[in-house]
Amino acid sequence: MYRYDAFDQTLVDERVEQFRDQVARRLSGALSEDQFRPLRLLNGLYLQLHAYMLRVAIPYGTLSSRQLRTLAHIARTFDRGYGHFTTRQNIQFNWVRLDQAADILAALASVEMHAIQTSGNTIRNVTADHLAGVAADEIEDPRIYAEIIRQWSTLHPEFSFLPRKFKIAVTGAARDRTALKVHDIGIQVVRDAAGEAGFSVLVGGGQGRTPMIGHVIRPFLPKADLLAYLEAILRVYNEFGRRDNLYKARIKILVQTLGPAAFTAMVEEQWQALRGPALALPDEELARIAAHFAPPTYARLPAASAALAAARAEPVFERWCRHNLLPHKQPGYAIATISLKPEGGVPGDATAAQLEALADLAERWSLDEVRVSHEQNLVLPHVRQDDVPALWRELRAHGLATPNAGLITDIIACPGLDYCNLANARSIPIAQQIQRRFANRERQEEIGAIKIKISGCINACGHHHVGHIGILGVDKKGAEFYQITLGGDGSERAALGEITGRAFAAAEVVDAIDTIIDTYLGARRHGEAFIDTYRRVGMVPFKEALYGAH
Amino acid sequence: MALIREGAIVPDTWQNIADDQELDCTQRAIITLARWQSAGDDLRTTNRALGIRLRGDQHPAAIVADLGRFDLVALEFAKFTDGRAFSHARTLRERYGFTGELRAVGEVLRDQLLFMLRCGFDSFEVADSSAATFAATTPKISVFYQATGDGRVPVRALRNTRA
Repeated sequence: MYRYDAFDQTLVDERVEQFRDQVARRLSGALSEDQFRPLRLLNGLYLQLHAYMLRVAIPYGTLSSRQLRTLAHIARTFDRGYGHFTTRQNIQFNWVRLDQAADILAALASVEMHAIQTSGNTIRNVTADHLAGVAADEIEDPRIYAEIIRQWSTLHPEFSFLPRKFKIAVTGAARDRTALKVHDIGIQVVRDAAGEAGFSVLVGGGQGRTPMIGHVIRPFLPKADLLAYLEAILRVYNEFGRRDNLYKARIKILVQTLGPAAFTAMVEEQWQALRGPALALPDEELARIAAHFAPPTYARLPAASAALAAARAEPVFERWCRHNLLPHKQPGYAIATISLKPEGGVPGDATAAQLEALADLAERWSLDEVRVSHEQNLVLPHVRQDDVPALWRELRAHGLATPNAGLITDIIACPGLDYCNLANARSIPIAQQIQRRFANRERQEEIGAIKIKISGCINACGHHHVGHIGILGVDKKGAEFYQITLGGDGSERAALGEITGRAFAAAEVVDAIDTIIDTYLGARRHGEAFIDTYRRVGMVPFKEALYGAH
Repeated sequence: MALIREGAIVPDTWQNIADDQELDCTQRAIITLARWQSAGDDLRTTNRALGIRLRGDQHPAAIVADLGRFDLVALEFAKFTDGRAFSHARTLRERYGFTGELRAVGEVLRDQLLFMLRCGFDSFEVADSSAATFAATTPKISVFYQATGDGRVPVRALRNTRA
């Protein structure tokens, strides 16, 4: 894991005191709310429906036990005893008081964390593959580059007042677990013909009101040029992105308006001017950061554990293993997904007690490391297969052993109208209704791999555009309605979902989902996943089932 | 309005000249881009001190060929959330090599002072009412991850010298 040095620590400490002063000026009336708003947003503090909400960055989704305990402490001391993991490797505290916000930031700084640029029109928290360093299909650990980008983007003097928010994701693997293609910039580690590792750079993807798949504007960028190239993209965007219309201000609109070729030419011209010693990444710096992400010291173990195999005779445990365990690149280890989607729960929520329990389990059984996935689950990345049965028993005792990773009840949902002042409709109750309808574990297994994603408004925080089934809350004359899309995909085969037809009232949504699932089960060929069936048969049979033949 | 330089309120020796205002040759005049672009040789070739004011939608590329003619460039923040002038300032300083006075005008707030300094601004036009607090503002952040042209040493260079 990356550890702060004295420079990193000084910056977050100074930032806390700066914000403390800004809050004091707001409370005394020296700053108007209009002047204070962008300052608090630069520190992740939103004013929501009921209270302030603080969004804390978990850069590239990696946490230590110590950090997790501090998050638990914040949940217990400054919130109502829980936190909410988002789709961008952040955790949100929904019941924060303004006069305590600086104290929370101070608690975070004490464990090398911060809330810098988790909101506002800035470069947001940089996300990465939650299986970084442990997935077998990886060229290099993307967190090395995500950390370099984190530092470069932190309090960037030129790019703190962009036309709109800006999201960067990084992956080092061929299989995309970051929704790379719907980010403002997606960085993928690739090899050139000579076998040298560098980056493919994708720009202009996004969700929200105008969803788009990004364009690769540079198939291979040498590592040393990463920051010069990012600075070139951001400068072109900062100078030429639209500022007259909030809904047209994202970089995707600029890329679309100019056309990818013309946009690329502007970036390349700027890049040539910026290339030079100031922004070049020397090998020593790359090595210094990479050393922080060196693989931990693993025990030498047989590839398969006899103890685990024996324990899997127990059907309940076996079911959890089947869905929540992933192969690790190190022999004898496994990756465990901790589902935060229990039936009837709030997707992504965890209580202070659960966070503390997980901190203990990670310390004991996962080399002190926890990951946060963009699917609002947690991951213990380094579990010895021999230890999995004992781990599972502990997880179960804390309500953390829901065996549904990747299944229909593993739903992504934004906070929706229950918390968010942008939302048109509630998301959480819809997720809960679907979880109840499909609670039967055998039925979930029969349905197989499927991703349902729910957003309470067009801002698409719940990633509905890339859900195999996407659900979007809309307001119809004061009533909550839900538009359904099919065929979206956030993976390396990225696609945007197609709208089925007219929206459904809140009470009709679950039946509609049931109809869609029945249609799929009737149409699928042996072993075919929902998304593959949809790609083969298209929208028509689903539309007919939902709305009748006419 | 008051002018701040190097942490002090200083007299402003420049005058903003509107397009419909006469230019007299004794003024140190800040003119608009429109006036400059329609100016005849007399303005282009005289030795008088000249400044130019650019809005956020006016890229400094428009004056790069004439940059030597200007002792001052004023970049306008129409709103403090409009960050184009940050890029324009760095472009002027670091790419075009402008060494004259780079003045921040418009909605210029103390909470952005450090960002402005780092991008190359060296004078700040602020409301009279906030001039004293603006002048007294000292940067709260001492660690810089980015190498900009302002001379502050970025973290990476410090790490290297320490190692």
